[in-house]
Amino acid sequence: MKILHTDEIIAAVERLCMEANYFLGEDVLAGFERALANEENPLGQEVLERLMENASIAREQEVPMCQDTGMAVFFVEVGQDLHIEGINLTDAINQGVRQGYQKGYLRKSIVKDPVLHRENTGDNTPAVIHYDIVPGDSLKLTVGPKGFGSENMGGIKMCKPSEGLEGVIDFVVDTVDKAGSNPCPPIIVGVGVGGDMEKAAILAKKALMRPIDRRNPQPEWADVEAAILDKINCLGIGPQGFGGTQTALAVNIETFPTHIAGMPVAVNINCHATRHKELLLKGRER
Amino acid sequence: MSEPAGPIVITTPFTQVARLKAGDSVLINGIVYTARDAAHKKMIEALDRGEQLPFDVRNQIIYYVGPSPEKPGGIIGSAGPTTSGRMDAYAPRLIALGQTGMIGKGLRTPEVVEAMKRHGAVYFAAIGGAGAYISRCVKASEIIAYPELGPEAIRKLRVENLPAIVAIDSFGNNIYEVGKAHYRR
Repeated sequence: MKILHTDEIIAAVERLCMEANYFLGEDVLAGFERALANEENPLGQEVLERLMENASIAREQEVPMCQDTGMAVFFVEVGQDLHIEGINLTDAINQGVRQGYQKGYLRKSIVKDPVLHRENTGDNTPAVIHYDIVPGDSLKLTVGPKGFGSENMGGIKMCKPSEGLEGVIDFVVDTVDKAGSNPCPPIIVGVGVGGDMEKAAILAKKALMRPIDRRNPQPEWADVEAAILDKINCLGIGPQGFGGTQTALAVNIETFPTHIAGMPVAVNINCHATRHKELLLKGRER
Repeated sequence: MSEPAGPIVITTPFTQVARLKAGDSVLINGIVYTARDAAHKKMIEALDRGEQLPFDVRNQIIYYVGPSPEKPGGIIGSAGPTTSGRMDAYAPRLIALGQTGMIGKGLRTPEVVEAMKRHGAVYFAAIGGAGAYISRCVKASEIIAYPELGPEAIRKLRVENLPAIVAIDSFGNNIYEVGKAHYRR
């Protein structure tokens, strides 16, 4: 068994929150280049050029690329042979978020009660944390700060199995069509298919953590990703919704087995400021 | 659609509403006020109680933004537009009081467009997510109301050449509809 102290986790989370908000990933930057080469609307081209400039200003000056620095969403893989020392792991992650959002001049966007007391918690906590127990003796942290302009545009449908692949495609494309300009296109579309209701929703979010230049490892599903992307880019929404041919940079699908009676489909839309950053912390011998 | 001409320079107070057409590129200069939905809710509640608004909305532009905190020595943090639809419940009342401009991003309800046509107002779209870029256009920033709302407080900003597109003009023409229809296959 190996040991990891939560002080190390807190420091890692602090850094991840800042870096994710300042440094747009190479995968998305390459996506902008491709979109610019293919966009037909001059206004859309102008938008893409400004977004590329925005990303470079953020990178050079170490300021957030977007003022909505998001709700801090984590996927944490805990090796089952790892012993975590110090404080409670969830508390440690929240402490890292608190420090990262404070020291990094990131916006605090969380209210303490969703309906009755919408008062800002002042430190962007609590984070949303999804844990997985995995083989091994290390801890993998993936953060995806999620803005709510795009988060608000997602949806879930408990499709009937008889709706088939066409039903899945129609629901995804229709969700993007209705979202229009709101989620800040060009977007990245995360899709979760299968499992139960909450599994599909988590898969849709997890799909957004996959770099956009990496397709689903199952060739059949990679083909579905490409087919949906084509359909979305025929909707006419374009960069910022001003009209155009480049509405989405990628469609990422994750799947899971499901019940004989069901076919859940969840769609989680991300804006062009698709932020994700991961770090592997290795346990030490005592 | 034709190639857009050079941008039109707008200066606040904003009165030349009818001159602008959906799709025009503009550069906004002068004072704009920030407010998101929490601040709008407070303003409408103030009106309901018969109180004054924190600033006179007549001929003014409200920018829907909640900036990130400024770094030491800076004027403002990243400051791109937020989704305008959350202000739709409140905007018609302020437009009826004489507000002539809104800067945001995304779709509006028919009620907002109707108020814009009736009273004369323009909806500008700034580039969502380009917060670092837009922050360079902000030359001064001061919180003038509701500091308890944190990033959602009302600020008075002085902006220089803030780039935006006329998304919906005072005649109800809408770039989101026209643009989408043009490129839809």
